[in-house]
Amino acid sequence: MNFDFSDDQKQLRDQARKFLAEKCSPKAVRIVLDGKAPYDKELWKGLAEMGFLGVAIPEEFGGAGAGHLELCVIAEEMGRANAPVPFSSTVYLAAEALLIAGSDAQKKKWLPAIAAGEAIGTLALFEGKGNPSPKNVKLTAANGVLNGVKKPVADGGIADFAVVAARTGSSGRDNDISLFLVDLKAGGVDVKSLTNLDPTRGQAEITFKDAKAEPLGAAGEGWSILTQVLDRAAVLCAFEQVGGADRALEMGRDYALDRIAFGRQIGSFQAVKHMLADMYVSATLARSNSYYGAWALSTNAAELPEAAAAARISATQAFQHCAKNNIQVHGGMGFTWEFDCHMYYRRANAMALGLGSLSYWEDQLIDRMRKKNAA
Amino acid sequence: MNFDDTPQEAEFRATARAWISANAPRQYEDELRKSSLGRTVLKNADILEVAKAWQKKKADAGWACLHWPKEYGGRGSSPIERVIWQQEEGPFGQLSRMFIIGHGMCGPTMMAFAREEHKRSYLPPLASGEKVWCQLFSEPAGGSDVAGLRTRAEKDGDDWVINGQKIWTSGAHYSDYGILLTRTDPTVPKHKGLTMFFLDMKSPGVEVRPIKQASGASDFNEVYFTNVRIPDHQRLGEVGDGWNVSLTTLMNERSAIGAAVSTGFPELFEYCSSLMLDDGPAIEDRAVRSKLAHWAVKASGLKYTSMRAISALSKGERPGPENSIGKLVAGSMIQDVATYALDLQGAAGVVSGEDGELAGRFQAMLLRAPGTRVEGGTDEIMRNIIAERVLGLPGDIRVDKDVPFNKIPTKGRG
Repeated sequence: MNFDFSDDQKQLRDQARKFLAEKCSPKAVRIVLDGKAPYDKELWKGLAEMGFLGVAIPEEFGGAGAGHLELCVIAEEMGRANAPVPFSSTVYLAAEALLIAGSDAQKKKWLPAIAAGEAIGTLALFEGKGNPSPKNVKLTAANGVLNGVKKPVADGGIADFAVVAARTGSSGRDNDISLFLVDLKAGGVDVKSLTNLDPTRGQAEITFKDAKAEPLGAAGEGWSILTQVLDRAAVLCAFEQVGGADRALEMGRDYALDRIAFGRQIGSFQAVKHMLADMYVSATLARSNSYYGAWALSTNAAELPEAAAAARISATQAFQHCAKNNIQVHGGMGFTWEFDCHMYYRRANAMALGLGSLSYWEDQLIDRMRKKNAA
Repeated sequence: MNFDDTPQEAEFRATARAWISANAPRQYEDELRKSSLGRTVLKNADILEVAKAWQKKKADAGWACLHWPKEYGGRGSSPIERVIWQQEEGPFGQLSRMFIIGHGMCGPTMMAFAREEHKRSYLPPLASGEKVWCQLFSEPAGGSDVAGLRTRAEKDGDDWVINGQKIWTSGAHYSDYGILLTRTDPTVPKHKGLTMFFLDMKSPGVEVRPIKQASGASDFNEVYFTNVRIPDHQRLGEVGDGWNVSLTTLMNERSAIGAAVSTGFPELFEYCSSLMLDDGPAIEDRAVRSKLAHWAVKASGLKYTSMRAISALSKGERPGPENSIGKLVAGSMIQDVATYALDLQGAAGVVSGEDGELAGRFQAMLLRAPGTRVEGGTDEIMRNIIAERVLGLPGDIRVDKDVPFNKIPTKGRG
């Protein structure tokens, strides 16, 4: 058994960590947080140059062709650095959808552009409140055009194209849904930015009025493709969340060692020590579940759906737990704009919702475990 | 990243599996599997006898205490082979619980500190289960503060004379030998005045009184010492160095990894899959599913944490303090899972034992669970270990650290 990343993969992790420490300091993140830029363009360009955007994209489509374990390693570092770039939208959602369901022509058009940092993509799934479900898709597709409103769309304000879930049938079953690719810079598309919990990754409302769209994958296969995309993204996001949780824990630990109160380091108080120990526990459980997800993702194992849901739940809990208690360790200072704690708190809570909320994934996990037990 | 054995590991696994399949006491397999929590009870057999017979069989074939050297009754296996053995032994490994203190703690301590002739005569029968050992550390006034112990050892010629009392001694009522931590000098700070011995539990002056636990079972004992004589050659380590000797013992206790940790989750999932509530199957209830999912990811998280530890082990890395999380997470989880299972049973949840649902499986789990959170270090001690040794936070303040033991205030202590 070797349930760990390889030395090469660890080297890639070190490389990504070093790069991000240099190019993505909290100061740089704050430029986007303060609304002075929609995302960090320089960082995005740098990530492309490092080959990180196309790490799991095959060489024939302009990527590095390394694989998904390598992408997991980079995802963790993106989370640790709280990178203000549309990485998850473009790389986990749009690129994965293209890899799963795209035609050769579609892959040739978009994947090299993604790897080169020239195209930002996203997934337009949600239409207001509610979790991923075919019945929550109202936007329609007919005669090659889309009509309807998607909201919220992660990074929708800066994306060049979107994978859009649309209703193409009225049978009341999953096969009513089909996926489409839409060039967001073309006509019939109206994009409005929305304020949101985590300004370092924007959210938008996109209105489609007879917007031209091309099918992605076969008609009626949309929901089945989406489920695969969401599962894969769940594992990749879990690594970002683990990275964020680890960083929040580290910040809390460092502050507890640094800060003196009542004549002692606050980290010498058992109440504080135990809070940090519990943060370590949740981060460790999440990391282990995520490793399992990474194994399932990289081998395309039959266990992937269950492993993805477990990684998603565990990592969501861990990041939220660590981010909120990091602020608690910091006391009043943790609640100021000046300290970085709130950036992770924002990111943790925004990420907890982006692929469907915790209750959605809890449902998925139990369904999948039942299916496995029945099999 | 993979779950595959190396060719040598695969070969070892196949050999172990074949031997277990041909030799294990299969007639008890079902009972052992079902009583993985709460109480391990064999209806028509004495569990100690069954355990001793299985251990002897393993020892005769070279499968006992795998990681011990061959000359002391072991197999000289690598740590990873020990883990593979535990995986393959499965429910039959439950029988080793009788020997866990002896094999996990007393044996390694003897190996590190006993005279060579003692090692050769005492260790093989310990490995083979013919002789059972216990560990006499905790005292009524001590608890987690082990170094605060008060059992005295006074030199008298070539012997030491022991007076005092120990408590929470697992298996003392069926043990043949024990390792004993005593105070030999009360005039120095508490960690410096301790000395370790091993002794025959049948020595005159040793009295073992089983403690009836909250669960109704009696796994632990009080042990009283009245003028018990131990020859000096049974001393382990130097006089006054008992604390360092005991750290070796405790370190061995906590480094045991690889064995599946009981969390109660598989039992609860199975139960909820078949249970009918007023509104339909439990597994389809939104609230039940949320609870199950919450525990599912803890259970899988522990499982894969253990696999990461095994991977590190197979690369030759030593298990570290991060492995404390297994007991910490599983302990309170068992308690919560059992509480929830009873809640689902409604008023009937109060009925325990053979009269209860599933023969009182979750009730037994509930009553045993508090012990899991205390034994081998409380949840609070486990959190301290993680905070101090993994995260590098300051140690707890110990006001008695540099004070001579006999000057430490004792109000409120036994």
